[in-house]
This record gives sequence, C-alpha cells and structure tokens, in this order.
Amino acid sequence: MRLTLHIWRQRNAQEKGRMVRYEVPNVNQDMSFLEMLDVLNEDLIAKGEEPVAFDHDCREGICGMCGFMINGVAHGPLRGTTVCQLHMRHFRDGQELYLEPWRARAFPVMRDLVVNRSAFDRLIAAGGFISVSTGSAPDGNAILVPKENCDRAMDAAACIGCGACVAMCPNASASLFMGAKISHLGLLPQGRPERDKRVVAMVSQSIAEKFGSCTNIGECEAVCPKEIRLEVIARMNRDFLRATWTGRGVSRDEAEQVSNNSLAESRR
Amino acid sequence: MSSAAVAPLHRAVRFYAAPIGKKAVMAITGVILFGYVVGHLLGNLQIYAADHDQINRYAAFLHDPGRATLLWGVRALLLLSVVAHITASVQLWVLKREARPIGYVKKDDVPAAYAARTMLWSGPIIAAFIIFHILHLTAGSVLPLQEIAPNQPDVRANVISGFQHPAVALFYIVAMLLLCLHLYHGVWSMFQSMGVSHPRYTTGLKRFAAICAIAIAAGNISIPIAVMTGLLSN
Repeated sequence: MRLTLHIWRQRNAQEKGRMVRYEVPNVNQDMSFLEMLDVLNEDLIAKGEEPVAFDHDCREGICGMCGFMINGVAHGPLRGTTVCQLHMRHFRDGQELYLEPWRARAFPVMRDLVVNRSAFDRLIAAGGFISVSTGSAPDGNAILVPKENCDRAMDAAACIGCGACVAMCPNASASLFMGAKISHLGLLPQGRPERDKRVVAMVSQSIAEKFGSCTNIGECEAVCPKEIRLEVIARMNRDFLRATWTGRGVSRDEAEQVSNNSLAESRR
Repeated sequence: MSSAAVAPLHRAVRFYAAPIGKKAVMAITGVILFGYVVGHLLGNLQIYAADHDQINRYAAFLHDPGRATLLWGVRALLLLSVVAHITASVQLWVLKREARPIGYVKKDDVPAAYAARTMLWSGPIIAAFIIFHILHLTAGSVLPLQEIAPNQPDVRANVISGFQHPAVALFYIVAMLLLCLHLYHGVWSMFQSMGVSHPRYTTGLKRFAAICAIAIAAGNISIPIAVMTGLLSN
C-alpha cells in the first residue's frame, strides 16, 4: 500500500519547525507504524536527507518510550495501543496521515517527533514513590490487601508514562498520569501513610511544570494505551481536597515557609 | 520530616492556588446553581395548573415583603455563586491557553466529549440568556410588564405575551438546549471534581446527569412551545 505522510520536522529545540510531505510507496500491511517509519528513514538516508527522529525502545507496547499524534489522535486510531504495536493493516491504501509530536508547554519538542518528558520524571520525584525502607521482601500475605484494591492498584500501575494523556488533553493536563501514580500507591497499605504528602507535592509540582488543569473531558482515557480510567483522577481530587482541608501533607519546615510567604504577601 | 497543620487561611490559599481547588469551587457553586434551576423549573411548571391564578399566587408568595430578607439572601447567594463559577472558569481557561502555546495542525476529538468541550461556549451564552431573562420578566425592560396590583406582576400573562414573540421564544428554547448540554457535562463533572467516582457508580452518575439535563430542558422548553401552539393562552 501507498501512504502520504505529513510529518513535523524540527531540527532542534530552538528552531521553528514545519510540516513536510513524504510519499511512502511500499508499505506492507504487516509492518508496525514504527517499522513503516524505519522504511521511510532508509529511503531518506539513501537520498542523503536527515531521517525523521522519533522515540522508541521496546517496540512491544510496554516501555512508554514511543508515541506521537497520528491524524490528531495520540498513538493513532486503534484504542489501547502504542504506535509501536499499531499495524499498518489499520490504514487504507492511499491514506494521508499527519504526524505531529506531543504538544504541551511542559513537553518541549527536541527534534521532529521527539519531545522532552522530563517533567514527568520531576512529578514522580516530587511524590510518586514510597519512601519507607522495604528491606527484604516480606512474607507472602503478611500484609493483607483486599482483592478489589489490589486489582485497581494494578490497573493504575499499568501506566507506562508515555504522555499520550497530556498530548490529547485539550488543557494539556497531566491529571491522568498523576492520578494513576496516586491511585497505584494510595490503594495499597504501603503507599497509604504518605498519601497526603504525595498528592500535595505532585499537584504543586504540576503547577510549576505548567501542566493544564483537568476539566473532566475524558480524551486522555480514550487514547491511553493502558486504558487507565478517569476514576484515578477523582481519587487524586479526593486526596487533594482532603489534604488541603485538613492542612496535612506539608512538612513542618514547609508549613512555616508557607505561613511566612503568605504573611509577607499580605504585608505587601 | 514531621507533619504540621497549616493555618486555615493559608490552607484556603493553597486550596485555591491549585486547579483542583478551582474545580472544586466550580463544582460547589455548580451544585447551588443546579439546585436553583430545579426549583425554578418546579415553579415554572405551575403555569399548567388548571387554576390560572396558581403561578401568580406562587410569585406573590416568593415576593412576600415579610420574607424580603430571605429573598435577597438567596439572590445574593446565587449572584456570589455565578461570580465565583465564572471567575474560576476564566482562570482555568487562562491556564489552558498557557499550557499549550503551540497547537496541533490536525486534532481529532472524542465524539462523546462534545458537551464537555463546548462548556466554554454554552456557559457565556447561558450567562447572556440569564441577563436577558431577568431584564425580560423581573425588571420588565424588554417588554412592558402587566401587573395585577402595584408591585404584583401578572406572571402568567407576562410569560404568555412574551412567548408570543417568536424571536423571544426561540432564544429561550436555544438557551435551554445549551443548558441541557452544560448540565449534561456539569452534573456528572461536579462529582468527578469532588472526587466522587468509582467504577461501581460512574455509569449511574452519568445516567443521572443525562436524565436531569434532559428533564430540565424539556420542562422549560415545553412552556414556549405550549404558548406558540396555543395550548397556553390568556
């Protein structure tokens, strides 16, 4: 089959990019989308042109490295799949496709379809972890977890951090990602002690990273390759409202700092 | 690291500084406004009573000078809710613009999210409608109001004569269709914003939102249609 691609080309983070049109005449329907781009890149290299840069790693749909917009949908038209596991049989001969990088202030484009997702790492560093020393593995069933919570925590833990939720969200919000981490940890007994601190830290980090706010639209849920549900965002909202209502989740030093800052602001 | 409680004022600042806090304000004010819309519909439907004076008696009951404090208290609460609702939505809209400075050349949308994506359109049009509605039937600046006695408007006659102008009736119908869309997203969204969501009852909440939105719009739209088809006349 034959495809026409319009691909965002941008040499580096500083340069202004543009859409460039490419013809790919020899697409096999059993190729994955990334293999199709590999074929295009071989042609470009043979012609002495710069190949299209795109992120990829495992090509099994489990690492979260790949991802871009295909005709305005993150990871393309097939639900619950990353672009590496999206095969060309889902497209028609002669189809025109627009490939664009994730767009968000927090995800600056580095080159072509590659964006910098370090903002996600900083969100995790802010609170997406359990800081207790776990020591050696505890005995099986020493800590009891209800089956339902276990399943829901596992569903949330399936998040691979690809960034499709931010890319698809009309507000460029990272709520599905944050909610997934908060639910994954907060539903388990090991993660519960730091529940308040975690949500306060992650939410304030997301404001600093200039992610947008969640307006409950649900486009993230529709494109998530791991099919994480909007309920994780409600859980984050609930944890945040609880933590701010009770004033918990802030360390003593930070609490004093917050008080001093607010005092200074009110004097100004 | 020990934990310490933050003073209530600072808690409020922290709460509202976060987008989740702003959405919670929109949810709480949304509940107040939704409650008012339900009450308003129940009041409106009294126009169908066999006793033609029923709705006028209801209006006189609401405007009883003995309860003026209550009336103005409710009005103040509603105004405060509207102002807070709009302020938070504008602040979130600014955040949205800042979060994606460069847009997509091509962007597809999930069809099911139509109501959610059009909140920023349905909202301002409904706000404009509310202003028109107050000017029309409360202040009487659009059409002259008929009165039974001084300071006692003839609600039934005013509604009927107002809807005999097709343009007025059409604006009411369009505004109610937009309110239906706004509530379809909003009623479910307020549960989500307040953190009430669970796989077990998400579908139920969405169905509840859809039923409320359609019932409110249908009930209100039935009145201009009844006037235009001649079912309701003076």
